[in-house]
Amino acid sequence: MYSNNALSFVPDVAALEEAIRVEDLHKYFDSLEVLKGVSLLANKGDVVAVIGGSGSGKSTMLRCINFLETPSSGKIVIGGEEVATRPDGSAADRRQIERIRTRLSMVFQQFNLWTHRTLLENVIEVPVHVLKVPKADAIDRAHALLERVGLDDKADTFPAHLSGGQQQRAAIARALAVDPSAMLFDEPTSALDPELVGEVLTVIRDLAAEGRTMLLVTHEMKFAREVANHVVYLYQGRIEEQGPPAEVFGNPQSDRLKQFLSSVA
Amino acid sequence: MAELLEMLGLSTSAELLSLRPPGWGYNLLRGLANSLQIALGAFGLGVVIGLFGASGKLYGGKVTRDLLAIYTTVIRAVPELVLILILYYVGTDIANKISSAIGGGRVEISGVVAGIWVLGVVQGAYATEVLRGAIQAVPAGQIEAAKSYGMPAWMTMRRVTIPAMMSFAVPGLANLWLIATKDTALLAVVGFSELTLETRQAASSTRAYFTFFLAAGALYLMVTLFSGVVFGRIEKWARRGQPSLRGGTR
Repeated sequence: MYSNNALSFVPDVAALEEAIRVEDLHKYFDSLEVLKGVSLLANKGDVVAVIGGSGSGKSTMLRCINFLETPSSGKIVIGGEEVATRPDGSAADRRQIERIRTRLSMVFQQFNLWTHRTLLENVIEVPVHVLKVPKADAIDRAHALLERVGLDDKADTFPAHLSGGQQQRAAIARALAVDPSAMLFDEPTSALDPELVGEVLTVIRDLAAEGRTMLLVTHEMKFAREVANHVVYLYQGRIEEQGPPAEVFGNPQSDRLKQFLSSVA
Repeated sequence: MAELLEMLGLSTSAELLSLRPPGWGYNLLRGLANSLQIALGAFGLGVVIGLFGASGKLYGGKVTRDLLAIYTTVIRAVPELVLILILYYVGTDIANKISSAIGGGRVEISGVVAGIWVLGVVQGAYATEVLRGAIQAVPAGQIEAAKSYGMPAWMTMRRVTIPAMMSFAVPGLANLWLIATKDTALLAVVGFSELTLETRQAASSTRAYFTFFLAAGALYLMVTLFSGVVFGRIEKWARRGQPSLRGGTR
């Protein structure tokens, strides 16, 4: 295929490995500037943890990556493919953004499972109807994925009959069913009872261990330190500090990060 | 059987309601069939109009929303009897004008088609509001999840929004269906032989007003009871996966 982007002709090794790149992302809600120029790079296999206080813009940043929120300006590049935008920042090509979204699966704070469908139906929905995978294959794979998150015995249960932790694990199975090139986690344990957090973190930890590319917005500092290989601290819409977890958590430079870490510890 | 009716003094009524002439029972049932045919058609048309209307009101541009606001406001403001008279005569008039313009003769508009069209337009206005409310009651996260997995808008509507809103829409739609069955009686004014008109003819021919209107009332009641059972089933299906408010969901 022909591309106007000269860079795409260069067989750059680093570019091939790149999973998610965000460049100078700005987001306004009316006159309120929530993101003030955020740039971020996640290579294949990276686990990037995004931390920050409430209102720091971390969820908004995550939602701008798959255009659930329309960025006001900036560049989003997924797997080397830049999302084409209109002058107002919205996605210019509906098909392109839909295609890109199928490669980025999202896990939400409130699970957002489809309540009128069983767990199995939730997991096969996107593979069968969006990706056009044969239904029998999708069902086999869905059982394997539900098994993996410890829920295959609940395959025919409706989400409302499950605990929050079970729903979130099912949501992760749904996210895996599309075989994503990167996964976006939006505070996946924030809506859970404390005793249910562990079971969800175990699943995410396994995914990190098998080399999945993940962008993880979280309040679980201990967990972020353990699974992430890169930590980003957002403060009032800007990246205040970033680096390897040992640096960010062990040797915070800015006063704000020091204060934040002591407040959540 | 015959003696029992005789004893109760109902043998005349039974004779009048008999399905074979000189009884008028067959006429009443024919009227009922016509009523149901129109009610079904009008309800179906109304739901289709309602789906487009609700989508248009929620997701449409400014012009679409304004036009739909005019439609729902006007239709819901004017008494249905007046609307039926207007839409029926205007519809017939337009059809005739078109027919004569292309060199045809007078067209006879079928009562069934006119009835479905007129009541469907009325039902559509109410259905638009019922479905708009139901769509808005769907948790935003479910639609957002569909979007985040690359579902196109129409597929999201079909696979997520419509099934998820059904449980909110069914009680309102059941109301609309029952109203549709009874609104068919208004078509008597344009001379369409639905149940009420058939009843009136039978009653005035035999002077047995009480018998015939009571029988018609019983038929309408039976339709309502049967509809209640059907909509109960539909609602149970639409609410699948949702916890019951009475507890004991499993």
